[in-house]
Amino acid sequence: MPHTLAEKILLEHADADDVRPGDVVTVRCDVVMANDVSGPVAFRVMEQMGAERVFDPTKVVMVADHFMPAKDARSAELQRRLKEWSDAQGVTFFAQGRGGIEHTLLCEEGWVVPGSVIAGGDSHTCTYGALGAFGSGFGSTDIAACLAFGEFWQAVPATIQVELAGRLGPFVAGKDVILAVIGEIGVGGATNCALEFVGEGAEALSIDERLAVSNMAVEAGADTGLFPADETTAAYLEGRTERPWRAERTDPDAELARRVEIDLGTLEPLVAKPHLPGNVVPVSEVAGTRVDQAYIGNCANGTMTDLRQAADVLRGNHIHADSRLIVVPATQRIYREALEEGLLDVFVEAGAMVSTPTCGACFGGGMGVLAPGERAVTTTNRNFRGRMGSPEAEVYLANAWVAAAAAVAGELVDPAAVIVGTAR
Amino acid sequence: MIIEGVAVVIPGDDVDTDVMYPGQFLNIEDPELMKAHLFEGYDPSLRDQLGPGTIIVTGANFGLGSSREHVVQAMKAWGVRCLVGTSFARILRRNAVNLGLPVLECAGAAGAARPGSQIRIDTDTGEVDVDGQKFHAQPVPAFVVDLACSGGLVPWAREQLGA
Repeated sequence: MPHTLAEKILLEHADADDVRPGDVVTVRCDVVMANDVSGPVAFRVMEQMGAERVFDPTKVVMVADHFMPAKDARSAELQRRLKEWSDAQGVTFFAQGRGGIEHTLLCEEGWVVPGSVIAGGDSHTCTYGALGAFGSGFGSTDIAACLAFGEFWQAVPATIQVELAGRLGPFVAGKDVILAVIGEIGVGGATNCALEFVGEGAEALSIDERLAVSNMAVEAGADTGLFPADETTAAYLEGRTERPWRAERTDPDAELARRVEIDLGTLEPLVAKPHLPGNVVPVSEVAGTRVDQAYIGNCANGTMTDLRQAADVLRGNHIHADSRLIVVPATQRIYREALEEGLLDVFVEAGAMVSTPTCGACFGGGMGVLAPGERAVTTTNRNFRGRMGSPEAEVYLANAWVAAAAAVAGELVDPAAVIVGTAR
Repeated sequence: MIIEGVAVVIPGDDVDTDVMYPGQFLNIEDPELMKAHLFEGYDPSLRDQLGPGTIIVTGANFGLGSSREHVVQAMKAWGVRCLVGTSFARILRRNAVNLGLPVLECAGAAGAARPGSQIRIDTDTGEVDVDGQKFHAQPVPAFVVDLACSGGLVPWAREQLGA
């Protein structure tokens, strides 16, 4: 029986002879992850379940990243609970100053390998699809059951295959690829489905660009967003992990829910206008829109690739007098690498603020939230009303070149217009 | 199982979990304290209609976005019994089922219900009665119906553990 990649991964992790889309199966987890927001609620539910210990401490990882560093006493209490619980259970805990934003971090630290199943107490756990893993987001009660039993129930998703042709043009990034997909299929277009990115265009994307793509699969409603593992994946994993893995692909004759074709060569830099990630238009269509703040960071877009793109724009430039820029390296490792490469100096010299790794203003937690009437352009993944602070603020989603260029111009602009000299 | 209640209508499609429970309140872990922030970024006055026996009625793709269980935890703390809508985003649907709130996709019933409508649901047959008008919900896998109707994952887990 031919199967999709998602079906093959789930079949390997379930006690079933076969799986078809819609079947409800019990799926075993290779990794269970939660953070300072989803973790403490899950611990409370786990107690109600009468479960005292996690199913396997070596497969559980906790990350302090949402309200980090703590914005108030209540947030500090959550971080303390996370640490105390992790110590008591003997699980890995990435504390303040020792990790970073969960999804970039877990990839970087070798927790994620192709073919594995990762249950995360965060909707952007779909990011792990970039490495060919079935990463999926869950609420705290699901996570409590995963912590106690190492399993979750799951309706097997159908697969929407996205065939990427061609190569990315100037100032076009992974963010534009996924915005194009969501613009095409809509914010509920992949409900009950997995997205899968294939074709020569997909194979040509770096891991950082794949992270940006898979990160927003949930914004189309998908369970996860998979890139089949290839040589690029293998090179990324080299020296990063001891976990065994093998590459799987969708069978040529497997049944798909839908196929979508995108020619990367025809893409322009895009934005998602307020207040839905599916309101996608080319930057050129909204050029001249005033911007109060740009924000470069999140669980997949505070990578070295994003920071280098931002530095391309900011080198020799200054942030506009009526605008401001916050740059958030996703992890401590990236922070140091950016420091060593001189990127942080480029940002500070240009008048940007460099934050330590945190989910911060991406979800309105702190570290740069917006006032009523303000407008931001960000490399984050959601522009829902009130997402980054005031319900009367507006958020435009875009790639790092576009966000940095907007900070320089004080308005949305083609990045080519503000670059001094030659970009990489 | 038969569920009877009064409709509280959340108008519109694509109502996300950020507007239903803004991020700044995610540092709360007690469901009783979450109640005060439900629908905060959407229409806080909807809270005035909530109570024991509430059936939430929604449009399409309800609850897209964040996995924050605070939305459904707060609904449950208010006494909400069930969700009926045109369609639901994956994680919100899971969260509701896991907390013992059945979720039915029934565009007809969602379109017919008005604030205060009397709704009667038969979770076995999928029949939804709105002020005397009958509709049929999309079929739901038996496992999911059983899980929601037996109180969700906590009682399920307690049984597994013999707790």
